[in-house]
Amino acid sequence: MALSEDSHCKPLGKVRPHQTQNEALVFEKSSPGKRGYKLPPLDVPAADAGEVLGAAHRAKKAGLPELSEIEIVRHFTRLSTWNYAIDLGMYPLGSCTMKYNPRVNEWVARIEGLAEAHPYRPDHLAQGQLQVIDLLQRCLTEITGMEAITLQPAAGAHGEFTGILLVRAWHESQGNARKKIIIPDSAHGTNPATAAICGYTVENLKSNAEGGIDLEALERQVDGETAALMLTNPSTIGVFESRIHRIAEILHAKGALLYMDGANMNALVGKVRPGDFGVDVMHLNLHKTFSTPHGGGGPGSGPVACKKFLEPFLPTPVMVKNEKGEMRWEYDRPQSVGRVRAFFGNTGMFIRALAYILANGPDGLRQTTEDAVLNANYIRAKLEDVFELPYKTASMHEVVFSDKRQAARGVKTGDIAKRLIDYGFHPYTVSFPLIVPGALMIEPTESESKEELDLFIEAMRSIAREVEETPEVVKTAPHSTRVSRLDEVQAARKPVLRWRP
Amino acid sequence: MRYLPKSDAEREQMLAEIGAKSIDDLFRVIPEEYRLERDLDVPRQHAESEIIDYFRAAGARYPAKHTSFLGAGAYRHYRPILIDAMVQRGEFLTSYTPYQAEITQGTLQAIFEFQTMIAELTGMDVANASMYDGSTGAAEAVLMAMRVTGRHKAVVARTVHPEYREVLHTYLRYREMPTTEVGYEARTGRVDLAALEADVTEETAAVLVQSPNFFGVIEDIPAIAEIAHRRGALLIVSIAEAVSLGVVRPPVEADIVSMEAQSFGVPLCYGGPYCGVIAAKEQYLRQMPGRLVGQTVDRDGYRGFVLTLSTREQHIRREKATSNICTNQALVALMATIFLTIYGKEGMRELAEHNLAKAHYAMQTLSAQPGVKPLFQGAPFFNEYVLQTEEAPSAWAQRLRSDKIVGGIDLSRWYPELKHSTLWCVTEIMPKERIDTTAHLMAAAPVVA
Repeated sequence: MALSEDSHCKPLGKVRPHQTQNEALVFEKSSPGKRGYKLPPLDVPAADAGEVLGAAHRAKKAGLPELSEIEIVRHFTRLSTWNYAIDLGMYPLGSCTMKYNPRVNEWVARIEGLAEAHPYRPDHLAQGQLQVIDLLQRCLTEITGMEAITLQPAAGAHGEFTGILLVRAWHESQGNARKKIIIPDSAHGTNPATAAICGYTVENLKSNAEGGIDLEALERQVDGETAALMLTNPSTIGVFESRIHRIAEILHAKGALLYMDGANMNALVGKVRPGDFGVDVMHLNLHKTFSTPHGGGGPGSGPVACKKFLEPFLPTPVMVKNEKGEMRWEYDRPQSVGRVRAFFGNTGMFIRALAYILANGPDGLRQTTEDAVLNANYIRAKLEDVFELPYKTASMHEVVFSDKRQAARGVKTGDIAKRLIDYGFHPYTVSFPLIVPGALMIEPTESESKEELDLFIEAMRSIAREVEETPEVVKTAPHSTRVSRLDEVQAARKPVLRWRP
Repeated sequence: MRYLPKSDAEREQMLAEIGAKSIDDLFRVIPEEYRLERDLDVPRQHAESEIIDYFRAAGARYPAKHTSFLGAGAYRHYRPILIDAMVQRGEFLTSYTPYQAEITQGTLQAIFEFQTMIAELTGMDVANASMYDGSTGAAEAVLMAMRVTGRHKAVVARTVHPEYREVLHTYLRYREMPTTEVGYEARTGRVDLAALEADVTEETAAVLVQSPNFFGVIEDIPAIAEIAHRRGALLIVSIAEAVSLGVVRPPVEADIVSMEAQSFGVPLCYGGPYCGVIAAKEQYLRQMPGRLVGQTVDRDGYRGFVLTLSTREQHIRREKATSNICTNQALVALMATIFLTIYGKEGMRELAEHNLAKAHYAMQTLSAQPGVKPLFQGAPFFNEYVLQTEEAPSAWAQRLRSDKIVGGIDLSRWYPELKHSTLWCVTEIMPKERIDTTAHLMAAAPVVA
């Protein structure tokens, strides 16, 4: 169902429909004989590929498109205009920390001496790279209050994997790898998936009435076979575990470790340090807290910081520095869990994260955290009269509502999310965490001005009114996009995963 | 702070509307003894110009421009200007994983195009949206083969990138999945087929090889496939130098191809971010890790794209997921997609032929010098090859350095049995003059008195 012609032209919230161009698949635009490249003349004798490669010669060229440069520019530019982005407006995906990605980060990551460095360049020629890695490692250790770090993991889930490998290696060194990892029911799906691939069984921990860790239940559950608790703090409902020291005590008393999922570190930087409240090992997401771009789903970077006793187990190689300040990679680490990826990590992301830290300094990092928390609480205060707040506990950097009142009118969180698109916003995170039925998980980050927040709040309030007055409009949203309500069932039932001529 | 869009007056106003007296009220939930009452010990706030100065200085610590013969899993190819111009559009750069299909069709269609191009290049039916890199992709491919076959052993060629093998070892560490390593023929540098035949059993889930292999040698994929398939094992072919596919026959006999796509327009950047990708035969689709984009229609029947088959993934399946992977390498995959669109059908062939010609010229020119010879013979190579020198590599490396040349990488760190052997990579950007100069310097062994 579409809105009337008339309403298409009226501004809704901060947006008004505008022209977007149609664009076919790149293969459909191809025609033989067009070129988008020109190689320089070959300055050595040509090799006869058929002769040189014999049976390994590729007879048939791959079916790649043939286009000219202007067509390629238009193709990808047109595609780009179909995306929403932080650069266009508020992107309040809870748990994803969609903050501003500073442009200078992109610029410095492309400096020739950094961007063109081969990973096997000898260490003495790589002192510039190592200097960046060293400073970032020191900053992140200070920010987390931990004592050692590896930057090798490629993303958050990869960091979790690395962190739990450290946990396991340490327990093994103590004589018993132990059997289980305890994970709260509010956790990200990556947590149980990680525990499973590290050979642990997953034990669920039910959240208490405040959405936090139930200390009594935890105490009952932790035993001599518990390797660790994987805790997200603040939790996925944006609540700080104020009895965190008790949680750590309960675990440590039984020889278990406290793993912290650092996905929500944007609520803590400069205000409190996980290393100070009992965390043994944690990962960070440079693409969340430290402003490296999400790029439509990666690349990320998931450094793992830990206490001193876990350092011997860090992945190889580890960067070391001598008294003259010369840096090199050390490979001989007999207790290491091994490599988790080739080379040294997503170095390009290290450059960007360090640029962000330098731009902020200690005062800026603290102000960033305060603003992120202020923004979430402002949204909470301005919306809690129209949306159900299942947990009244104080919010940190994000607020989680439920669709309880709207669901009574047949409108679900997913519908409200789709309707937000018509108002010019990216939706919040839908239906997560699982402990809140019909969740609306909103994380504004520090990057939103009061004006943008007010527009968002007005949009949400307006949608709540629509739910009462014209629920169909919400249930059939979005009305302003190129495509609407794509058929996911068909996509999964008869997968079409590539173009064919 | 220039990234924060609020004045102090606005902050005060917002606090008042929340009903908080000060910002500290909002942090009261943190127990007092843990609150950080001091500044973090990190560098002070820097101006943009200072940030640029800092990183410029770091980049300049590598003295002047060197000629490099380094490859070994990271390749320097020319990167067309369009790549960075396009990926730096904020709509691509600053958008998230495309969960909300209506406003992420740009990313979704680009990934669909990427999947198609990878399938075309590798000769596989389907490809995923990307993995972290070639090493983790290869490890995930082995786990995938174990799910498909229900078997628990893997046979891995020693000619697979040593760091990929280390990563595989880490991934398999706690899964009771023993791996056997198969050596190479001393003459050709190819997988020892007789040894492979002996090691593959009815319990083998997967045979993992790399082609071109770590020595740059192209493996006999049909023969290896024959051995694997005879025992019901899957063949996984890892490809580290993706440009080879322009002229080297794709491993169509493989069941799974795990590729590092860094060669497709991704900067070296000291080892990452790169772009792994897994491609496979269609029947193994539901055991694939990572994101997949599929074509569908919207409610009005228009074509559109969505993330699909997500019941394999961690956010739905939690501990029963095919992998814990969440974030992948979407923006890097976009670089590869643009690169492949620019070169296209003809250009990929021509680019690969330039690599082939330069590398063969360099191999012949260098090995014509006294005391230098190719280590392997009798099997084709693409743009990498191994040289054995009478001198220790450290000796000639010193002479090369005087002319700002970094020669091939010493293989003894991974293959102690290979004495004075170095792996050389020559791509399309290597000028003939630098090859000739290098050959001259290689020959200039000091006269022993």
